[in-house]
Parts: sequence; structure tokens; C-alpha cells
Amino acid sequence: MTYGRGLRGLSLATAATISLALGLVFFYAPLDADQGFVQKIFYIHVPLAIVSLCGFILGGLLAIGYLRTGERQWDVRSYVAIHMSLIFGIAGLITGSIWAKASWGHWWVWNEPTLVSFLIVLLLYATYQPLRFAIEDPERQSRYASVFAVTAGAFVPLNFIAVRLAQQYVHPRILTLSGGNLPGSMRLTFLVSLLGIALLFVTLWKYELAAKNTRAQIRALRRSLLGEESVRPLGRSAAPS
Amino acid sequence: MTVLRKDLLLELRTFETVPAMILFSIVTFVIFHFGLNQATIDGQLAGGVLTVTLLFAAMLGVNRLFVAEREQGGFDAFLLAPVDRSAMLIAKASALFAFLVVLEVVAVPAFGLLLLGPSLGPPLPGLIAVLALADVALAVIGTLVSAIAVNTRARDLVGPVIGLPLLIPALIATARAAAPLLAVHGSGAPPGKWVAVLALYDLVFALLAYAVFDFLLED
Repeated sequence: MTYGRGLRGLSLATAATISLALGLVFFYAPLDADQGFVQKIFYIHVPLAIVSLCGFILGGLLAIGYLRTGERQWDVRSYVAIHMSLIFGIAGLITGSIWAKASWGHWWVWNEPTLVSFLIVLLLYATYQPLRFAIEDPERQSRYASVFAVTAGAFVPLNFIAVRLAQQYVHPRILTLSGGNLPGSMRLTFLVSLLGIALLFVTLWKYELAAKNTRAQIRALRRSLLGEESVRPLGRSAAPS
Repeated sequence: MTVLRKDLLLELRTFETVPAMILFSIVTFVIFHFGLNQATIDGQLAGGVLTVTLLFAAMLGVNRLFVAEREQGGFDAFLLAPVDRSAMLIAKASALFAFLVVLEVVAVPAFGLLLLGPSLGPPLPGLIAVLALADVALAVIGTLVSAIAVNTRARDLVGPVIGLPLLIPALIATARAAAPLLAVHGSGAPPGKWVAVLALYDLVFALLAYAVFDFLLED
């Protein structure tokens, strides 16, 4: 498996798209009439949240690949997708909190269903790494983690349905993700940001896979060239290798 | 179905898990009484207290569910037997469901006696329907999580930590469906929306658990 192929072009495309998105955010998109400058965090926060949720579901789909084939590559892909999504998700939660503080006056608002469902999903996925770490046998670790990833991946949309229903009649929707109430220039900026963050996710995902893959190859080469003693055994780890 | 009979027989003989769950839930009602400092509760608060108590009591049962299999080598014996592996899921989930029903037969009247303001009589049929759906959710998720947790280190920690977030949608739906039933001038029927959410949750996770459970037994 060569994950390095096309990585340079992808990195350049990511950097270009994110620069373009930032340029659009600061110089093209109009200031929001109500919220002013703070509203611009929306162009970072919402794409981060969307990409991390898609990443969780992607992790579940990749885990199906592992359960079907039993090849460790699929587990590594699923693992990297989920742990990237966790990082993106935490970043999304923090930016969301800043936005909430600035526009509603509170760091945390229970009335906003998207926020609450996001927290629940994040709490669930926060147990993914401890679960992996608690299983010593690598093969079993991959299998159980994949079962978890599939279950949790199906949980993501269901959870959003339940939480949204719970709040629907309490609070009006502040923001429709379809962009229905966004003026054209804002929507364009938002879409470019979304594309930029999605590209960032894919690039980082490929980088980490390439790094993991290379490390495994080096270990294998060392072992065959220098003998068994030259390679220190891997410690217990939550990460597949 | 032999596994189910074995589990029920074991529980009857040793009398271990279900009495502990019942005691736990009654103690929790007392704790809620002092924690909330209220003699009687109703409506949404009552629905929430009842649901949360049953959820935590169920976690006790979830932790115990596969312990005997692990300690006595029951997994190996089961894998040697010429039966479908999903039989284990069905048997274990049915056993947990039965435990929960027994728990509720005692805990819900106790709740009516100790904490609930309005009478328990009129909303009882609706409450039974809601709790039955909630029990299916608890049994399915509980069995799945327990099967994951039993082969990890620190399994008593892993089970609830994974299980509770997974059960939050079921908790929301159960508490909301039970709320109008337990209100002072409540309606007799649970709100259809929440019953539908609960049923959808049961259906999705039952199918999902059926699909992935085989992989948890494969060694």
C-alpha cells in the first residue's frame, strides 16, 4: 500500500483551498448585521463539525471493511479516521462554544439541539481509544474496535434525530445547515470553507496512514536485515500498527 | 434457548443479580428523595427519575451478564456447540429483558409508593408499553456492550462508559414518553412521537447487534 502517492498535490490543493477560504471569509463575505465580526467563526466551526461527523461515519464504513475482510489495513484506516474526527470534533466544540458565548452570551446552550447531539456523539467516541487500550491482543483489539465503530457510526444519525425531536418545539432553528437562509456570497464562502476543511481531513488522514505504513515497513525491513533482537517489541498501544 | 434456560435457572438458584438491582433502585429512589428534597414528584421530573434509576440499575445487570461465561469457560463450550452464534445474543438479551421485567415489577410500584405524587393506576397500561420498549433497548445495547466489555481489562468500567452514551437517545425518548403519563392530570396514552422514536431505536440496534455480534465471539 502506498499512501504517499499524490500526497504532495493534495497538500498543495488543501493549502490553496484553505487560503482561498480564509481570504473569502475576511475580505469577501459581508459582515453579519446582527452579530458582526464574530459571526465569521461560523465558516470554521460548522465545516469542522460537519467534517468530523462525516469522519465518524466514514470510520464505521471502513470498519465494515475490516469485519468483512479481516485485513488490518482497514482497521488502521478506520482508526485514523475516527481519531482525526475526534480532534476535528473537539476543535468544532471549542469554536462553537466561543461563538455561543459571543452571540448568545453563554458558553453552553442546552436549547440548541445540534450542540447537544454533538456533545453526546463526542462522549461516545471518547471511549473508543480507552476501549482499544483495554484489549491486549491486537487481533481482538481490531475486531472489537471495529464492532464499536460500526455501532457508533449508526448511532450518529439516530442520535441527531432523537435530540432534535426533543428540542424542536422549544427553540427555533437558528441556522439551517442547508444554507437556505444564507445570502449568496455567504453561501459561497461557506462552501469553499467546507471544501477546505474536508480536504484538510483527507490530507491529514493520508499523512498519518503513510507514516504508520512506513513505520511498519521499516520495522519489517530491520527485522529481516538485522535479526529479531534489533527491533524492540511494541508496547501496549491503543493504535493499530 | 438452552443458554436462556441456564441463565434464568442460575439466577433462580443463586439469587444474585436481580435482588441487587431491585435493592439498588429502591435505594436510589430514597437518594432522589433527599437529593431533590421533595416528598412527591410528578410529570417530567418523575419520568426522568424513574428512567435514570432503571437505567443505572440495568447497568448492574449488564456488568454481570457474561461474567459466568468468562470465569467458567462458557464461551468455548458455546462455540463448540453446533448452534448459530446469534443464538447467544438472543438468549442473553432475553435473559436481561427478563431480569429488567422482574426489576420493574417491584421497582415501579415502589416508585409509586415512595415518590410519585399522582396515582399509578390510570397510566399503568401506557407505562407498561413504554417500559417494555425501553427494556428492549436496554437488553440489546446491554448485551452488545457487555460482550465487548467482558474481554477487556477493567471491564466493569468499559461497559457503562460505552453503554451510557449509546443509551442517551433511548433515555430521552423514555423519559419524554413517560412524562405526560406521570403528570398530575396526565393523559392515559403515551405520546406517539416518542414511542415511535423508541421503537425505531430498538429496531435499528437490534438489527445492528444481530449483524455484528458474531464477531465478538470469534475466538
